[in-house]
Amino acid sequence: MAAHYTVTTRTTASQIAAAAALVLLAVAVAVPFIASRSLIQDLFFILTMLTLAQFWNLLAGYGGLVSVGQQAFVGFGAYMLFGGAILWGVNPVAGLLLAGVAALVLAIPTAFFAFRLQGAYFAIGTWVVAEVVRLSVAQWKAVGGGTGTSLPRDARDAMWGAGWIEGAFDVRASEARDILTYWLALALAVATIGGIYWFLRTKRGLALAALRDNVGAARSVGVDSERMKWVVFLVAAFGTGIAGGLIFLQNGRISPDSAFSVIDWTAFVIFIVVIGGIGTIEGPILGVLVFFALQTLLADYGAWYLMVLGALGIAVMLFAPGGLWGLLSGRTGVQLFPIQRRLNRHD
Amino acid sequence: MSPILSLHDVSKSFGALTVTDGVTFDVPEGQALGIIGPNGAGKSTLFNLITGGLSPDAGRIEYDGRDVTRVPPMQRCLSGIGRSFQIPQPFDRLTVFENLLVAATHGRGLPERAVEADCAEVLERTELIHVANRPAGGLTLLQRKRLELARAMATRPKLLLLDEIAGGLTEGECVALVDTIRRVHAEGVTIVWIEHVLHALNSVVERLLVLDFGRVIGIGEPAEIMASKEVREIYLGIEV
Ligand SMILES: Nc1ncnc2c1ncn2[C@@H]1O[C@H](COP(=O)(O)OP(=O)(O)OP(=O)(O)O)[C@@H](O)[C@H]1O
Ligand SMILES: [Mg+2]
Repeated sequence: MAAHYTVTTRTTASQIAAAAALVLLAVAVAVPFIASRSLIQDLFFILTMLTLAQFWNLLAGYGGLVSVGQQAFVGFGAYMLFGGAILWGVNPVAGLLLAGVAALVLAIPTAFFAFRLQGAYFAIGTWVVAEVVRLSVAQWKAVGGGTGTSLPRDARDAMWGAGWIEGAFDVRASEARDILTYWLALALAVATIGGIYWFLRTKRGLALAALRDNVGAARSVGVDSERMKWVVFLVAAFGTGIAGGLIFLQNGRISPDSAFSVIDWTAFVIFIVVIGGIGTIEGPILGVLVFFALQTLLADYGAWYLMVLGALGIAVMLFAPGGLWGLLSGRTGVQLFPIQRRLNRHD
Repeated sequence: MSPILSLHDVSKSFGALTVTDGVTFDVPEGQALGIIGPNGAGKSTLFNLITGGLSPDAGRIEYDGRDVTRVPPMQRCLSGIGRSFQIPQPFDRLTVFENLLVAATHGRGLPERAVEADCAEVLERTELIHVANRPAGGLTLLQRKRLELARAMATRPKLLLLDEIAGGLTEGECVALVDTIRRVHAEGVTIVWIEHVLHALNSVVERLLVLDFGRVIGIGEPAEIMASKEVREIYLGIEV
């Protein structure tokens, strides 16, 4: 008697998670109606860091591309948003797309250069690119050169949707902009996670997971590793550029040092991914919550804060290489974003 | 029959160490060829040259009537060259079934739906069906060896390269694996098999090639090769 088989990906936990995610999303959309401005700003920070972490995880966790130069795309994207608004009067909300495209364009020569380098040299190469871009942007007088600049008042006032929020919520202009950027950050984070999840469930996503586990074996079974690296690098740059644009749009001020900060846009992001669990979608989500909690707790301790983060990151790498999510799912087998294809036998 | 694989004067060195030294041989379509030789003779390197993991310094490799010397590994797989690794290289965090799914979809250029049933069948044939949904990282040695074979089979190769697939297994464990290989061969798949476990090898192959210090020192009927002086010298002390 021949058995026949079906393939499924959903699990009970994932269906509960999906329902919970919808509720959470509804709450998140409604937050500005009830929350204080400082909570909205905190959530904005969490959402943008989460987006950066998801893209870095896509790069390093799946693609094996350990970049320490993602600040190049954060900074370049943000600067193009400011430049677009100042020089050509581009609406800052539309400027987000400009930021993404600019980062994507920058990623092409960066990849040509960095893909020639292996391992640690790749990491160093990406950092060098970021420094070169920072130094170049610092020469750009129209956006304030080395000291930076603020988003002009008329550009801020022109932000699509801000006027409507101001009226609907009966708040000041600055608060309306915080609400707008929060919603944009929420949309970006949801689109990022949704997009990555969708991709991982495709045939190419499966190949990416195979590359993560074993490059040589993946190539031997027909996986186009070169092309996959390009796709992942360009997509990550695009998303990172948009996130960068959004972060500085909310900030309202930009300078080369803040926009191209390796600590803020790469070191913290790596910490989030490593502590949460590299190579999973759930990991960065858990990681960003831990990161935010630590930052809040240790805010008053200055340099100690960075040392605690560093020590914690190293401890996780040594004792739980799968991160906190790895510990959790290893024990329980839970997957919130199921990508595993299960073969079910029917006799 | 016309050769499906031919190597012409292929050489490869790592620094001063010549690991493949003017290797020339043909494999007729449908044949099973065994490769033997002492440790470090360059057997696995030969496979890496055939699959494209390494490029030769000199010489030409033809597969299916085409010069593939500079063709990347991925395209060689698509055109029908499948391989197993001496040290199993599973995709640890993927399940056993997904390991095959990657190979079948990318190795044949087909969508997932089109290969699912086929992957299940390969898992049945290689006795891995009961661990189909387990992460491959947690498998035993025997299961890893089976997975190497299964994943290569999932690409539906015309030419299957097996690198010490029976190595490290007990006699009993070998039997079923060898049986599967024999059946794959009977279906018309050309096999090149590197093996130290000679009785397993000789129960399948029709021709033997002996490699020593990167050079082909003998090729022919297994019985003849096994009886030759060179092989006896090399294998003195190793099971015959
Ligand atoms: N990438 C490499 N770089 C440098 N030397 C290498 C490399 N790969 C293999 N070698 C060397 O080439 C020689 C042949 O190695 P190879 O793995 O082909 O031998 P083998 O015949 O498969 O041996 P075994 O029976 O032990 O598997 C060895 O001396 C090995 O150390
Ligand atoms: Mg070997």
